[in-house]
Amino acid sequence: MRPIRDIAVVAFAQTDHRRTSDELSEVEMLLPVLHQVLDATGLKAGDIGFTCSGSSDYLAGRAFSFTMALDGVGAWPPISESHVEMDGAWALYEAWTKLLTGDADTALVYGYGKSSPGSVRDVLTRQLDPYYLAPLWPDSVALAALQAQALIDAGETDEPALAGIAARSRASASANPHAQLRGPVDHGDHLVRPLRTGDCPPIGDGAAAVILAAGQRARDLCERPAWIRGIDHRIEAHGLGVRDLTDSPSTRLAAERAGAFERPVDTAELHAPFTSQEVVLRKALRLDDSVDVNPSGGALAANPVMAAGLVRIGEAATRIHRGASDRALAHATSGPCLQQNLVAVLEGDAR
Amino acid sequence: MPEVLKAPLVVEFPFTRSLGPVQSAFLTGLRERVVLGVRTAGGRTLVPPVEYDPVTAEEIGDLVEVAPTGTVTTWAWNHEPRRGQPLDTPFAWVLVRLDGADTALLHALDAPGPDTVRTGMRVRVRWAAERSGAITDIACFEPYDGSATGEEPAVHSGEFADKVTGIVAQARLDYVYSPGRAQTGYIHALSGRRTVGERCPSCRKVYVPPRGACPTCGVATSEQVEVGPRGTVTTYCIVNIKAKNLDIEVPYVYAHIALDGADLALHGRIGGIPYDQVRMGLRVEPVWTPGARYPDHYRPTGEPDADYETYKELL
Repeated sequence: MRPIRDIAVVAFAQTDHRRTSDELSEVEMLLPVLHQVLDATGLKAGDIGFTCSGSSDYLAGRAFSFTMALDGVGAWPPISESHVEMDGAWALYEAWTKLLTGDADTALVYGYGKSSPGSVRDVLTRQLDPYYLAPLWPDSVALAALQAQALIDAGETDEPALAGIAARSRASASANPHAQLRGPVDHGDHLVRPLRTGDCPPIGDGAAAVILAAGQRARDLCERPAWIRGIDHRIEAHGLGVRDLTDSPSTRLAAERAGAFERPVDTAELHAPFTSQEVVLRKALRLDDSVDVNPSGGALAANPVMAAGLVRIGEAATRIHRGASDRALAHATSGPCLQQNLVAVLEGDAR
Repeated sequence: MPEVLKAPLVVEFPFTRSLGPVQSAFLTGLRERVVLGVRTAGGRTLVPPVEYDPVTAEEIGDLVEVAPTGTVTTWAWNHEPRRGQPLDTPFAWVLVRLDGADTALLHALDAPGPDTVRTGMRVRVRWAAERSGAITDIACFEPYDGSATGEEPAVHSGEFADKVTGIVAQARLDYVYSPGRAQTGYIHALSGRRTVGERCPSCRKVYVPPRGACPTCGVATSEQVEVGPRGTVTTYCIVNIKAKNLDIEVPYVYAHIALDGADLALHGRIGGIPYDQVRMGLRVEPVWTPGARYPDHYRPTGEPDADYETYKELL
């Protein structure tokens, strides 16, 4: 089913993702990418119809940090604005629905995260069930490792195959100037067995921004808009022990609802922070070798938490903008072991 | 640019959380060395039990007692335990399907090394010596060489004396805070007893403290402008309740102060004048204590009060 309004990604920008960014506050890190997307479209801050962001105060330990980030968008006179305590991909979803209503024709979406001030492995334990899981402090790598072992036990992958995913991702990232890990990276020792350091994403700081526009406005702002043909997100039960960790029914359903299976895609940008999660996603999304998976290097090359999902949509859109893709799938995830998943299908006009 | 400032920041938040009837029975049961599960309408036994069926969202509450023994469904070897985790020696994270249950529980397995752990291995609960009604009443799992009996779990009333109705979830996260470029400049200047803001290149307003961006125009600021040291009270309040860990006698006055040359008021305490004589328009100056990196408070300068017209835009 085609959306009731044609809405496209017309601009995308991201920071260089780095291990630390001590010298920058969050808004100082964010401002350059906001200006890049505005400059690319010729829009001014005051021209934007709706602004939506995704971030988490827990990452940098700064209460209400997203209100400080509003300094970067010129929120006076008061603007139409919203925030999600999630990856910016979900902010994009909210902005897309806002544009669907016809209330706005353009939207600025951004996501940012500074993981460097804290310990992101521990910070992410605070999103877990507070009764049965959080008191045990199972960190994000440990939970991903349980999923990886389940995949190995099921015969769906093995450690060499996972190392291959890591190597391919970072080789692809060598063409991505924003990536944090590029080219050959030592696969390293076990961090939490069976996952090695190379199976895990780099920890770093970064931000990304997107401009959405509807209908003719999109054509005016961008030579080849990346039309959002479908977008959907689905969540699974929070109890890890009730899920089949080797599968991702939420991804499959979101993809179905987004129309991903109606025609093949040529490109897929997957938000798989751990190598083993790419195995799950490829299966759920039925991606074969004809699809260029994570030409940007994916989250294994740069994983700015709260922006990495939005970066997937931005990377897919950028390939359409420059004619390197005609139909691309973008995926974002949230929660432990791919608990919640968003799938968007983007297309360029026929050339 | 000057050296980037950094400081440790500890965020601690002990959340007090109430339990639903199923969680209450389960956690009280752990205190009594009993593991309870909950039956769904579809006939599955969920351990750990939840209040609502994860498939149908139906409210569920039929409890059964499952065995303290079970089978590992997946595992991960953690050779470097982190703060707060169940064991401080290397252990395996495990999902364990207890005998009689259809779902798995996450916990730690105390085992000599990764070579001794495998999916399918048999384990049993090791109870904590002191139990309070929490998931940590299970100290961990340990290897067990008995097989499952295959018995159906028995119905349990969930009734215990002195049921646990809530938990206190302790959380602590450690950060190293750095304030960024603009605020680093501001704080460095303060240590030299100067107050430095930044001017917006677009609207020309001077922001103090600077945050690196003009909140009106949404553009980066960088031109540093020294303001003050004197300023005008634009508005104020009288504080009558003593803040925790703050050694200031109440009542005292907390005010918005527009430093001369600044287009945004900052806040500070007003001293050197009875609290009931502070007023809008009062002219003040900072009072520094030796070794301090910021003004202790502001006191009257003795100048005539500022005209309302001069500061009304800064309210």
